[in-house]
Amino acid sequence: MRKIISIIVLVIIAAGFVFTFSQIPFGKDKINVAGYYIERGIKQTGAVNIVTSVVLNYRGFDTLGEVTVLFIAALGLGAVLFIERKLKEGIKDKEDKKRKASLILRTGSRILFPLILLFGAYIFIHGHLTPGGGFQGGAIIASGFLLMYLAFPRKSINKRTSNIIESVSGLVFVGIGLLGLVFSGYFLTNFLPKGVPNTLFSSGIIPIIYIAIGLKVGFELTGIIDDLLGRSR
Amino acid sequence: MIFQLLLIFIMIILAIAASMFKDLVNAVVVSAAVSLIASILFYFLQAPDVAMAEAAIGAGLTTAIFIIAIRKTERYEK
Amino acid sequence: MSVIYNSMYYIASGGLILIGLYIVLVKTNLIKIVIGLNFIDTGINILLICIGYIRGKTAPIFSDPRIKSTSVVDPVPQALVLTAIVIGVAVLALALSIVIKVYEHNKTLNVTKIKGLKW
Repeated sequence: MRKIISIIVLVIIAAGFVFTFSQIPFGKDKINVAGYYIERGIKQTGAVNIVTSVVLNYRGFDTLGEVTVLFIAALGLGAVLFIERKLKEGIKDKEDKKRKASLILRTGSRILFPLILLFGAYIFIHGHLTPGGGFQGGAIIASGFLLMYLAFPRKSINKRTSNIIESVSGLVFVGIGLLGLVFSGYFLTNFLPKGVPNTLFSSGIIPIIYIAIGLKVGFELTGIIDDLLGRSR
Repeated sequence: MIFQLLLIFIMIILAIAASMFKDLVNAVVVSAAVSLIASILFYFLQAPDVAMAEAAIGAGLTTAIFIIAIRKTERYEK
Repeated sequence: MSVIYNSMYYIASGGLILIGLYIVLVKTNLIKIVIGLNFIDTGINILLICIGYIRGKTAPIFSDPRIKSTSVVDPVPQALVLTAIVIGVAVLALALSIVIKVYEHNKTLNVTKIKGLKW
């Protein structure tokens, strides 16, 4: 009974999709708002990556909202799983004592971990020159920490250091926005000098904000995995 | 062009297969493959930023979070 | 044949959204329902990017001085989808933590057997 009704609903929605998508031509030129951003992007912000200048300069307030949503999700996860971690503390200890990862994993992860961190840092520092940015670099840093969690079943990161780095990075983002308010009258204006395009020290506040976002997202996702595994006491 | 058509066909078949597996680890691995093919399609649609984000987050961290959650609950769907 | 080439990305994204919706409506295991939600997210992201695609133009990064400002694709949908992917993974982590707590309380993952609410 439930299957038949849901299939009827899906057929109606599919008919709606067919009718809507036939009105949108695929591959035709439909640029509307973005013409302004493409024409004046390099001159007004100094970043050669137009997606970065849209995310951080023209629509910077939405990025602040997204960082807030990620923070609230990590907070909610830590709050929901908190009581469970305290109750299970005594039970899981006996299983973990005899388990060790294989030799290849232990040796290889020791070599790969600093290289993965270096690669993630390269991606979020060069966010305004090449494809990349804070969120991608943060996810790569979290993958590096996940590799270390898999290779060593009894170690975990220092939770207090991770919390301090995460909070300071979030405050740096909001602080630079407030400095823009002090200097130019609008929140999150680009008040540092623009520089020569296509060099590393260019485009004002964009590299600084991306470094803050990269560190914050990286340690936040690592904190999510640490809370789910229940490692650090 | 024909390569993109083949990838889209494989992606739809993998998504249907993910709904039919009884072992939940198999379903999660197939969902990671769907994310990977979506990341390749983003590259063909001239969007390198989005392809990098989908590959790092969708095919890496999502699978890890799912497998940790399966380990704390049951593995087989009854 | 060109009808297929013009509409294959719409079929991909529409197909993923419909399969994800079928999994959410019909399946009874909680973790499978969360997998279905992930499929809906991925399908919508593919749809947003393929609306902003223009044939014959290239990625919106002016790393080469020869790239003119009239030969790049639309950068605004890419900025929106970047936000959407990160929010998708945040919602997924929160949903899975709630699933773990529900399993602790009821010892089952079947949606039809969880009868905590009594009318």
